[in-house]
Parts: sequence; structure tokens; C-alpha cells
Amino acid sequence: MINIENLTKIFDTKQGVVTAADHITMQVPEGEICVLLGPSGCGKTTTLKMVNRIVTPTSGRVLINGEDTTQQDTVTLRRNIGYVIQQIGLFPNMTIAENISIVPKLIGWNKKRYTKRASELLEMVGMDPGTFLKRYPNELSGGQQQRIGVIRALAADPPVMLMDEPFGAIDPINREVIQDEFLKLQRLLKKTIMFVSHDIDEAVKMASRIAIFREGKLVQYDTPDDLLSHPKNDFVKGFVGSDRALKRLQLVTVEEVLETETAVVKMNDSLSQALVKMDDAGYERAIILVDDARRPVGYISRSVAQANQGDCSKHYANLRSVVRLEDNLRTVASKMFTHDATWLPCVNSEGILEGCVTQRGITRHLGATYKAVQ
Amino acid sequence: MKSAVMKTIQFNNIGRGVMYLAVLLLGIYLQRTGLIDDILYYYDDIVYLGRQHVELTLISGGLAVPVGIALGIMLSRPKFRNLSEWTMQGLNVGTTIPTLAILALSMSFLGIGMLPAIFGLFIASLLPIVRNTYTGLLGVPAHLKEAAAGIGMSSTQMLLKVEIPNALYVMFAGVRTALAINVGTVPLAFLIGGGGLGELIFTGIALLNTQMMLAGAIPTAMLAILVDILVAGLALLLVPRGVNPLRN
Repeated sequence: MINIENLTKIFDTKQGVVTAADHITMQVPEGEICVLLGPSGCGKTTTLKMVNRIVTPTSGRVLINGEDTTQQDTVTLRRNIGYVIQQIGLFPNMTIAENISIVPKLIGWNKKRYTKRASELLEMVGMDPGTFLKRYPNELSGGQQQRIGVIRALAADPPVMLMDEPFGAIDPINREVIQDEFLKLQRLLKKTIMFVSHDIDEAVKMASRIAIFREGKLVQYDTPDDLLSHPKNDFVKGFVGSDRALKRLQLVTVEEVLETETAVVKMNDSLSQALVKMDDAGYERAIILVDDARRPVGYISRSVAQANQGDCSKHYANLRSVVRLEDNLRTVASKMFTHDATWLPCVNSEGILEGCVTQRGITRHLGATYKAVQ
Repeated sequence: MKSAVMKTIQFNNIGRGVMYLAVLLLGIYLQRTGLIDDILYYYDDIVYLGRQHVELTLISGGLAVPVGIALGIMLSRPKFRNLSEWTMQGLNVGTTIPTLAILALSMSFLGIGMLPAIFGLFIASLLPIVRNTYTGLLGVPAHLKEAAAGIGMSSTQMLLKVEIPNALYVMFAGVRTALAINVGTVPLAFLIGGGGLGELIFTGIALLNTQMMLAGAIPTAMLAILVDILVAGLALLLVPRGVNPLRN
């Protein structure tokens, strides 16, 4: 856990006194990712760098797991904090193996242990140790270098990590991939992370909590969902964007808005039975057709059922798309727009129907938090 | 940046090739005119004075390299930041003083003989080493230093593991320049009684004795090339592959 108390930094510049961070007080609970967000010059990086004392605070203090960092010597303090910077900062004179092993070596691990650790970490980010251990940083792509930057910070298994726009210099496609990889890793490792970003989308994706900074002050510190649904003032509103309700879509998974009581028809049901079921369930347009294992195979639309007779197996249309339980609503909405659908069936990992996601269900879920406040 | 480096390497290679060719042609010419025997007449002198010559280079260069590097490192430390700008300006002015003048000045303080020669050579070769060490260390990107500090390296560890290895290529360039100046200046040491192959060159010139002059000049040229190759070889071996433009 990181506790920041009244942390202040005042720079004496030639242009005058600049307060880069003004009485920042916040808490990052153990195992969470806290994203510091704001326009450039807002004090987010200064605040981050005061945690490992790259920047010495003017006043205030930082406690890591209850220990006051002011009392510790900076070298020991920093060896217990993973540090990732935007420029990556791999040492070009060292091989990948040497780069990863720096901190373990500094704290006195033996060779066997740190060599094994380096291979283990490379495998964790899907890079083959045989290929990469002996290479130099300039022989790697930007994305690969940043992966090494991250695992170097993880090498000695520090409880706390500081990341200063770690994925800022990577192209958008690779950035998505690395963010996903990193989140997967984080689910396993549960580090306490402070993460600086200027990208609201990245923040919403990565953060357990978001801290919005402006001109050295902490403006709002909330979970992404609270931040997007209840921005504190016009500055935060402007920063999170006018499409903030849409951004919330990626915070909600299908599971949370799923309508599980879905009426279905089977292959050998007749079309008239299908019509009755549709009326009973109140479906205006169509009903899902499943096989004996309850796997969705298609749908019967009302117009077809009214105009024809016979078994459902002869008159169904193919499903245009299905969603999974763990998909977020942004994916769902995108699929709905693509296929001009107001609902989509949801299946579990075995392909068995779990229920339905409807546009109304989504809007109702998103609207609920607003109503609660009004 | 990379292509500029490639160009210098290619240029060096061509330059070196031309030099080898010139030496070869010179050899053929000397052999044909019978000059080679005339030069070998001075064999004992060449060996004796050549040893003196190498001694002068080794002692003055051997002192200048560690002292220059130490000074360069010291000036690059943040503590000395105020002092270093002035010192570097001073050194830059110092570089413009001709080496012959340095030797003459050194003689006026220390008299004649080997000591003032070594001192003068030491001073002349010190400047490029200090300058390149200093600029090389300052040129190490700030984010590398930040990463090193953030990882928990002490300032000594940062210097040894990050700053010096990354500045090493530039530092070697300084050493190479310094030793080239050094070997090239040693013949002048004769003028202040320091000995060396300059004795054959200058006496040969004074006596209009071409054979004698060449007996000094050719070994001097060969020594210069040898030293250059040695330092280049060391740079190739010692500068880590990741930051060595010669090995990429």
C-alpha cells in the first residue's frame, strides 16, 4: 500500500516559484493500479517521482506498506520499487540478460538464481529466452524493448511499481497488446502500481483508481466508473471527454447486464409454438433457436414464423454474432452496430447459451448510476 | 548518425590502405635505388633511438591516459559543474597552442633532457583525453541515468556500469587522437634534448643527408600507424557490442 500525505514540491526556477505538486494526499491500496492522469505540467510525474525520491519532496511524506520513506536511504528504497520510464531506459551496453539481472545482482542474488529468473521473466512476456537473453537492446523492436523494461522492473519482485507513461512511445496496435499482457501479468502478480498517463482511454482500461491532476493539485480520485459517471467539475468533465458514457462501456462485462431468463425454441418445435413463446416472453421480433445441448444455432424471426408453417429447423436464420460472458460492453456495442442488432446471444466458454444482452439492458445499467445520485 | 560513422570507418579504411600502399611503394623505391642499405647503415641508431622514442611515448601517454580520464570524470560530476565549463574553455584554448610551443615552455621551466620532454608530451596529449571523456560522459542520455538511479544504483555503480560503458567509444576516440599527437610530437622532443628518432630526422635535415632523415622518419611513421592500430583494436574489443558502432 502506498500512502501519500500532503506531498508538496516547489521548484525555484528563473521564472519564479513553481508549485509542481500541492499538498497531494492519496492512498493506493495493495494490489491496485492507480493511474495519475492529467495534461502535461499538471504534477502527475513529479508526484510519481517523489515516491522513489528521484524528485525530493519539499514537504509531506510517502509511506510504503506503513514505512516512512523519508527515513530510508534512497538506494535501498529504490531497489524495492520497480521503475519503468517512457524512454524505456534499457542500458545499450548490456545484453538483455544483464539488463534484467541488474537489480537481482545489486541485491546480491547468486548467478544461478538471477539467470533462472531472467529466463522465467522472458517466458512470462512470451519471449524466447534462448533467442533474446544474449541480444542487445538495439537488436529489439520498440515493443520488445518495453516488455524488457517492464520485466526488468519486476526482476527482484518488488511489491510496488512506478510506471511513468510506460507505453507512451509504442505504436497504438502494439500498445493495446502490451497493455493486455500487462493486465494479465498484474492479475497474477498483484503489485501495487502507480502509473502516469495522459491518455484517458489507457487510464480507464488499466486503472483500479484514477487520480486527475491539474496545476499541481489532485482534483478527483475515484474508480474509473465513478469518475466517468460523476466527474467532479467542468475540468474533469472536459478531460474525460463528452463521450464519457461510452467509455464506461469498457468497464462493464456482459455478465453484469446479462438477461439470463431467455426463452428459446428447439429444432423440432413448430413455428406456431415459436410464436406463442415469443408472445409469452414479450419478444417483438425474434426468438433464439438452440440445439439439444443448448448451443445457439440461429433465430426465428416473427415475420417468418407468421408467414410459414412447419418445424423451426427448416425456417431459422443464422445468428450474426454471439458474445462471451467476459467481453466488455464496448465490444458488444460494436458488434450490435456492425450487425444492426438490438440484442445478441451470449455463450459461455463451452458455447452453451447463457442469456441475452439487449440494448435496453445496457442503457438501463449505465443509467442506473446516474439515477441513484439524482 | 550511423551513416556518418560508416563513412568515417570507410574513410579510415581507405586512408589506411593508401598509407600501406605508400609504404610498400616507398620500400620498392628504396630497394631499387639501394637506399635501403644506406638506411640500414643506421640500424644500431634506429634501435637505440627507437627505444627512447617508444619510452617517451609510453611514459607520457601512460600518464596522460589515466590522469586525463580521471580529470574528465571528475569534471563531469554534478559537484564540479560550475568549475567544469571554465576548465573546458581553458583546455580548448590550450589545444590551440602548438605542441612545439608546449615543449619550449616546458623546457623553460624544467631545463633540457627527458623530463621536460615527457612533461610537454604529457600536457599535449592530456587535452583530447579530458575533453572526450568529459563530453562523452555528458552525452550519456539523461533517461539512462534516470533509469539507473531509479533502479537503485549508487552513483559509483552508475558511473562504472552505465556512464563509462556508454561513453567509452567517445573516450577511446580521445585516447586515439591523444596518442596520435603524442607519437607525432615525440620527434620534436629531440629539440629540447629528449632524444628519440627526431635525432636522426633533424640531424639528417641539417646535414642534407636524406638517408639519415629517412632512417628516422620511416620508423616514426610506422610507430604512429602501429599505435593507431593498437588503440583501434582495443576500442573494438573493449567497447561493449551494444554501443560499439564498429561492431554493429
